Amino acid sequence: MASIIDIQGVSKSYWRDSFEIPVLNNISLSIPEGEFIALMGPSGSGKTTLLNLIAGIDKPNSGSVVIAGTDIARLTESELAKWRATHVGFIFQFYNLIPVLTASENVELPLLLTHLSKAERKKHVELALSVVGLADRMDHYPKQLSGGQEQRVAIARAIATDPTLLVADEPTGDLDKNSAEEILLLLERLNREFKKTIVMVTHDPRAAERAHTIRHLDKGELQ
Amino acid sequence: MMTIPFKYIVRSLFTRRLTTFITISGLALVVFVFVAVLMLANGIRQTLIATGSEENVLVARKAANGEISSIIPNETYGIITSLPQVARNAEGRPLATGDVVAVINLNKIGTDGGLSNVTVRGVSPAAFELRPQVKIVEGRMFNWGAREIIVGASIERRFEGTQVGQRVKFAGDQWTIVGKFETGGDGFNSEMWADVRQIQDAFSRGSSSSTVTFRLTSPDALPDLQRTFEQDNRLQEFEIKTEKQFFADQSEFMAVFLSVLGIFITVFFSVGAVIGAMITMYAAVANRTVEIGTMRALGFRRRSVLMAFLTESLIISVIGAGVGLFLASFLQFLRVSTLNFGSFSELEFSFALTSDTVIAAIVFALLMGFVGGFLPSIRAARLNIVNALRSV
Ligand SMILES: Nc1ncnc2c1ncn2[C@@H]1O[C@H](COP(=O)(O)OP(=O)(O)O)[C@@H](O)[C@H]1O
Ligand SMILES: [Mg+2]
Repeated sequence: MASIIDIQGVSKSYWRDSFEIPVLNNISLSIPEGEFIALMGPSGSGKTTLLNLIAGIDKPNSGSVVIAGTDIARLTESELAKWRATHVGFIFQFYNLIPVLTASENVELPLLLTHLSKAERKKHVELALSVVGLADRMDHYPKQLSGGQEQRVAIARAIATDPTLLVADEPTGDLDKNSAEEILLLLERLNREFKKTIVMVTHDPRAAERAHTIRHLDKGELQ
Repeated sequence: MMTIPFKYIVRSLFTRRLTTFITISGLALVVFVFVAVLMLANGIRQTLIATGSEENVLVARKAANGEISSIIPNETYGIITSLPQVARNAEGRPLATGDVVAVINLNKIGTDGGLSNVTVRGVSPAAFELRPQVKIVEGRMFNWGAREIIVGASIERRFEGTQVGQRVKFAGDQWTIVGKFETGGDGFNSEMWADVRQIQDAFSRGSSSSTVTFRLTSPDALPDLQRTFEQDNRLQEFEIKTEKQFFADQSEFMAVFLSVLGIFITVFFSVGAVIGAMITMYAAVANRTVEIGTMRALGFRRRSVLMAFLTESLIISVIGAGVGLFLASFLQFLRVSTLNFGSFSELEFSFALTSDTVIAAIVFALLMGFVGGFLPSIRAARLNIVNALRSV
């Protein structure tokens, strides 16, 4: 199968004052379409940084990041924003729902960046919320939901635009065991039934087990 | 559609109720002061514009900057009133009055007491035909040839000893107040009127008057009249205006003075309000950094973030303008009185709200909202996505 993610010789460092902090060191990684991969590694090993590069919210210092045939490191900022809106679904550790918007309004948010009509958006929102089993919580605000439910709304938001790729940064990191299990089942199902390529960062081995492939990152090097 | 939904902006605004409330209050206060001063300026303008009539012409000495500093000798009065453009009554007498205007000191009623200037106007019988708005509402008309006087309602309300039946002392004499008149709120309402001969006598003015006011035969006669005044040697020291224009010009100095003063005060105050709005908006950006990062990750542009925060700030300022205007609109029920520099005497008027003032207030508030919200919005728009998301 063709690679949907093709990372070649990527290095990334941050600058703090005048000190260079190397984070990723000459990383190469190929991920085929439909893969469910877990990135593991100790805290500070560069997992989030690598995920951000894949998701197109950060750029490498050197090397190339080609996603579905597009070298995203070469896109301008606004091209990249547009690219993210159609290609990437984000799942965060702390859900990052907008507190003043209801579940359905949160899910609708990325759809506002598409050309869909209001009626079509509504259909997408309903579908996405029913996939995560929260069709009956449309009008609830985030603070009226449990952590697990919030994460499911966030997943609905991530899949609403039907993106090629889902990136999840410690999606179960803030959840109890049962809720975490629900989320992992949901991710497996999205991968199996909806053919979503999923890149999941986690340091929980039980979460990582659910993926097809596990890669370890240590001190900026892929093992 | 690339814009961040409006409901996000509005709801965010009302989640942090207290800071929003305080910011709106600050802006509303500034708008209130701004509007109040403009209403004051408009009130003076409107009162004095209402004083004169379009059909009457007022003649004053050129160098004079008000009625009290103008002098017109009796023979000039004769020349003016025999001009063909002067309307005549049924008996063929000119519809003209050579008013004598003087200023006296009287004590104001109440705590703010103290002496203030009041205009006393000596008039001839035609004055009441020329100014039909003057109506006796209490007591009677003064008798011609007597030291009797009638008092405008605004003076009667505000000055001690000016009520019907009382006597006031000025120009070395006792004057009996025999009546009170009401004009519907123009400048004459803040005057006292008596027989012109009595005033000339008491103030030793001989037979000269301060100004001459007469009815035009027709409004078209004005240009002709203007030419006569330019060409006739005997009239060159004098100038004519419609009575309305004359009193409108009298308001200009005060109105401009108040407007400028008001703008100075509000600009001063607005610095505080703008800083308040800025602090609020910076706090909003800081509190919502993760939300901003999230929306940017989803694909919203920097400029959408900029617009969202700027809109938020502008909404605050429009609400502030609304509240300020609403509160200021109650001032319309208030009557105030101040020394008008045009006549050097007390003039009563009301605060007047005009559509221009409303528009000016809204524009001014939007400007404050824009200035206060601009830098915070720029900060929001410039946030780096990765750093914003890390700031949990
Ligand atoms: N924006 C940044 N500025 C400075 N240092 C950063 C930044 N992002 C990450 N780092 C540093 O890079 C290293 C790796 O971070 P991260 O990718 O978040 O690791 P992980 O997700 O594996 O815990 C850490 O040492 C972190 O402090
Ligand atoms: Mg991390």
